[in-house]
Amino acid sequence: MATLGSAPTQVEASFSAPAASAATPAPRHALLVRVTHWIFALCFFALLVTGLEIVVSHPRFYWGETGNVNMAPLFKIPIPASRNAVPTGYGYVLPDQNGWSRYLHFQSAWLVVFTGLLYALYGLFAGHFRKHLLPAGEHLSRKNLSAAIVSHLRFERPGEAEAHSYNVLQRLAYAFIVFVMFPLMILTGLAMSPAFNSAFPAVVNTLGGHQTARTLHFFLTIAFVLFLLVHLLMLFLAGFLHRCRAMITGHVPANKEGK
Amino acid sequence: MSDISRRKLIVTGLAATAGVAGIGVAAHLARKYGLVPPDSGGVYGPGETLTYGAQRLLTRHSLAREFSRSEISAKPFANELAPFSDDFKRLQAGQFTDWRLSIDGLVDRPASFSVAHLKSLPQHSHITEIGCEEGWTYIAEWIGAPLAHILERVGVQPQAKYVVYFSIEPDWWESMDMADALHPQTLMAYGMNGGELPVGFGGPLRMRIPRQLGYKNVKFINRITVTDNLKPFGKGTGGSASDGGYAWYAGI
Repeated sequence: MATLGSAPTQVEASFSAPAASAATPAPRHALLVRVTHWIFALCFFALLVTGLEIVVSHPRFYWGETGNVNMAPLFKIPIPASRNAVPTGYGYVLPDQNGWSRYLHFQSAWLVVFTGLLYALYGLFAGHFRKHLLPAGEHLSRKNLSAAIVSHLRFERPGEAEAHSYNVLQRLAYAFIVFVMFPLMILTGLAMSPAFNSAFPAVVNTLGGHQTARTLHFFLTIAFVLFLLVHLLMLFLAGFLHRCRAMITGHVPANKEGK
Repeated sequence: MSDISRRKLIVTGLAATAGVAGIGVAAHLARKYGLVPPDSGGVYGPGETLTYGAQRLLTRHSLAREFSRSEISAKPFANELAPFSDDFKRLQAGQFTDWRLSIDGLVDRPASFSVAHLKSLPQHSHITEIGCEEGWTYIAEWIGAPLAHILERVGVQPQAKYVVYFSIEPDWWESMDMADALHPQTLMAYGMNGGELPVGFGGPLRMRIPRQLGYKNVKFINRITVTDNLKPFGKGTGGSASDGGYAWYAGI
């Protein structure tokens, strides 16, 4: 059993968590995790809205290096476009919003990158990744995994232990977001930049070309949105207000979790 | 006040002071080394300055990816154009023999070049991708006179910071910094895919700046001005796109 803190541990289900002492309960989420969480949430919203807005100017996706309206797309999104040149089948053209959308998209991306660096340094050096994000050996046992999956499929509310650390499915989901999806999102975004590609051509070439990078960027967006929907669903199942409060103040009111 | 909170207050205060001082020093250095774009003011200024500054630090001399002849797009897209002006139609009727590219501003020898004159200068070509900010791209061979060579002939003065370039069509102009202007792949393009540059793709003369997006690759160029100050041009942001709310720097 891994211990998740210096406090005495109690074992519940197959997790261990520090027992919250009445005097100074350990925060549910560390301050840095809370602050970066909400910065990420804000940036996610800005990136999603502006990203979809930019897609509206060319709602067609291609595979490989090049793609334009004279070439066959991999797929099209059946929406009107904000450019006359795109054949959409609609008799009208939406207003062009790309100027501010691109500005805000890149500004939010910078904020995400700096926040991500801060979070990564904290995760590495304060042990957040090791203690809370990476599933340890016993988490990944078949028994524990199947118990967690069954419990989720029954939409069971989480037990007391999960008030203090993440269960194995959360760990796997968050680790996948942090270590796979997030870096891929940044790299596929940069691979659409002609200046970045001039300095680091290996990135776009490895991904399979400019248009493949753009299409992957879009697929990753869908994956992020699916994650957000499940994230919100789990939040509602576990107690929306308590979990939100925990992510703001850091603390869970005693005996409220899971009730 | 307990010792811990007093210590916290002092540490926070020192950190804040150091932070403000650090930003001040960084801003001074950024300006000194030309890392601040002309649209650095306003709500999107911080992000835009980071984007431009980062690329100037990382990509000053990097070359745009070049492709093989077999990768040239069979179906490039010329994009839409507004109806041509009477000036353009008149010059087009004369096969552009009367087309002139004038160069003025901070140069020792202001000059005017015909297309034939530009074609007699040392020629450079590259097979590169052009991408629109909307997301679409194509690959073509671009043939032209390196802008760096043209600027060398007219003698750019040392205080020059920007090259402003104008289309013959109204309200269509952009500018670039000297790093891009003197970059070996930046061309005053007059040919495409082994032939003349078709009118739809910007013929007779198009600015081809392959490390930036399509909207900086202005078509139908007839005037270039070298300057150290973009304020007098248009609304002062350095281009018709940036005057219209787009980023001045279009490397991403």
